[in-house]
Amino acid sequence: MSSTLSTPSGTPAPSGKGPAKVRRARPKDALTPAAGLGLGVALIWFSLLVLLPLSAVVLTAFDDGWSTFASTLTDRDTRSALLLTVGEAALVTLVNVVVGTVIAWVLVRDQFIGKRLLEVVIDVPFALPTIVAGLVLLSLYGPRSPVSVNVVGTRTGIFLALLFVTLPFIVRTVQPVLQELDADVEEAAASLGASQFTILRRIVLPSLAPAIAAGASLAFARAISEFGSLVLIAGNIPGETEVASLKILKFIEGDNYAAAASVAFLLLLVATVVIAALDVISRRVARRG
Amino acid sequence: MADSTYTRRRRGPVTVVLRVLVIAYLFMLVIWPVSLVADRAFRPAGLAEGGFGPFLERLTEPGTVYAFNLTLTVAFWAVLINTVFGVGISLLLVRYRFWGRRTLSVLIDLPLSVSPVVVGLALVLAYSSARGWFGGFLESIGFAVIFSTPGLVMATAFVCLPLVIREIVPVLEEVGTDAEEAARSLGANGRQTFWRITLPAIKWALVYGVVLTAARALGEFGAVKIVSQGAEFNGETATLLVENRYSNFDEASAYAVALVLVLISIIALVVVTYLRPKEDRP
Repeated sequence: MSSTLSTPSGTPAPSGKGPAKVRRARPKDALTPAAGLGLGVALIWFSLLVLLPLSAVVLTAFDDGWSTFASTLTDRDTRSALLLTVGEAALVTLVNVVVGTVIAWVLVRDQFIGKRLLEVVIDVPFALPTIVAGLVLLSLYGPRSPVSVNVVGTRTGIFLALLFVTLPFIVRTVQPVLQELDADVEEAAASLGASQFTILRRIVLPSLAPAIAAGASLAFARAISEFGSLVLIAGNIPGETEVASLKILKFIEGDNYAAAASVAFLLLLVATVVIAALDVISRRVARRG
Repeated sequence: MADSTYTRRRRGPVTVVLRVLVIAYLFMLVIWPVSLVADRAFRPAGLAEGGFGPFLERLTEPGTVYAFNLTLTVAFWAVLINTVFGVGISLLLVRYRFWGRRTLSVLIDLPLSVSPVVVGLALVLAYSSARGWFGGFLESIGFAVIFSTPGLVMATAFVCLPLVIREIVPVLEEVGTDAEEAARSLGANGRQTFWRITLPAIKWALVYGVVLTAARALGEFGAVKIVSQGAEFNGETATLLVENRYSNFDEASAYAVALVLVLISIIALVVVTYLRPKEDRP
């Protein structure tokens, strides 16, 4: 699963086969008539399935200029839903940055019985259907909880659900980098008298920073758009535990498509800005070394 | 392995504390809750009967059977469409140059970062007969997309779209075109080259992508919820059934179906974990 996350399509993971092999694949053919036909069919399907519907969202949000936007943002419940979503997502991402890195560290550098099982456990939140993820958490932290905790309808519940669904992101992006990291450099630093903390701060963290940031942006994007796992847990109290995606659902059910589209557009905007910002930060950290 | 000697030397109290913390965290967040689903499915509370017999009855009552049938039908078509589209577009992206190729390969990944609710909303805004861009046209030819099975297939295909492509593209780039060119120079036509050379080379990546797509398709909830009626015997997929039953205080059925979905996804996960090394082997 790790490479599903960390290898964006179009940039092949470096393999040990040398550059000559990779370069030979480069010169591409011009389209043959058959390939051109295939491309045409593929593009029509892609447009019908993805591009046209998504542009319908953007255009509906701007149907009557900025006024829908203004009224959406000035609506108290919508604004608090957006703030809650962004706040919870930021908090969950922060916790994941620490916990995810620690988990990756333990999985790579530690040896113990049952480690392989933990490897599978990490991916379970990805594999489970989101609604089932919600139900899974309710079995321990919901009504009839064996530990007498009930998080239904609380912000803690939202936090817990988001923590569950975003678990694999940072672990799976940091893990391969940590595996590649040369232990010799750390040993050299130690032999030159660097303390463990200095090694961590000056050598390990800078090399992990880009991976952590990449994982963090994935986790954040997932957290602000999360829906399924929150349906049963959040409780949907307006202004209290109503998140953006559930607000969109409420707008759709209330036949208010313009408002739904403008909240959706804002979500896309926030995700884009945060991903760009994290990219900048990670580059700066990596450069400082 | 230099790594293991290194860890052995460094193993101190901090390492042990971190290990215990990680295990405890994963136990509380994932292992314990997931294992409780089985418990809830077999020992429901209240008036519902426990045990294996009632569990099977809940899974075989008509409403549940309809839901699983619908889910399988939708997943089948979504997987089929995405496999054909995925293989085609990957070959085009890797083997040919054309105007807008870079843009297309970026856009392909878009569906992964769009909220499922927004996917549903987008499809409704384009295709619903009441308000969609193409709604009037579709209604005039008597073809319903939203609130019927084609809409479910489209929503599912949308959210799974990049999964096959992301697996195949790196492999295609790595294997290069030598074998294909050799086959062609020996007189093989396009179809023979594809079936005998290209397809065997990407076989494992393709299987991996299909398993990922199938798992995702069987479990899709958000997008499907928006484009479906979601009522019993009327567009209620397995995941929608879990939500509906739980909300209607039929916790026993909700957990029974959830357990089946958990088992399917864990099987998919294990299959995928064991496929991965095979494909990396030279």
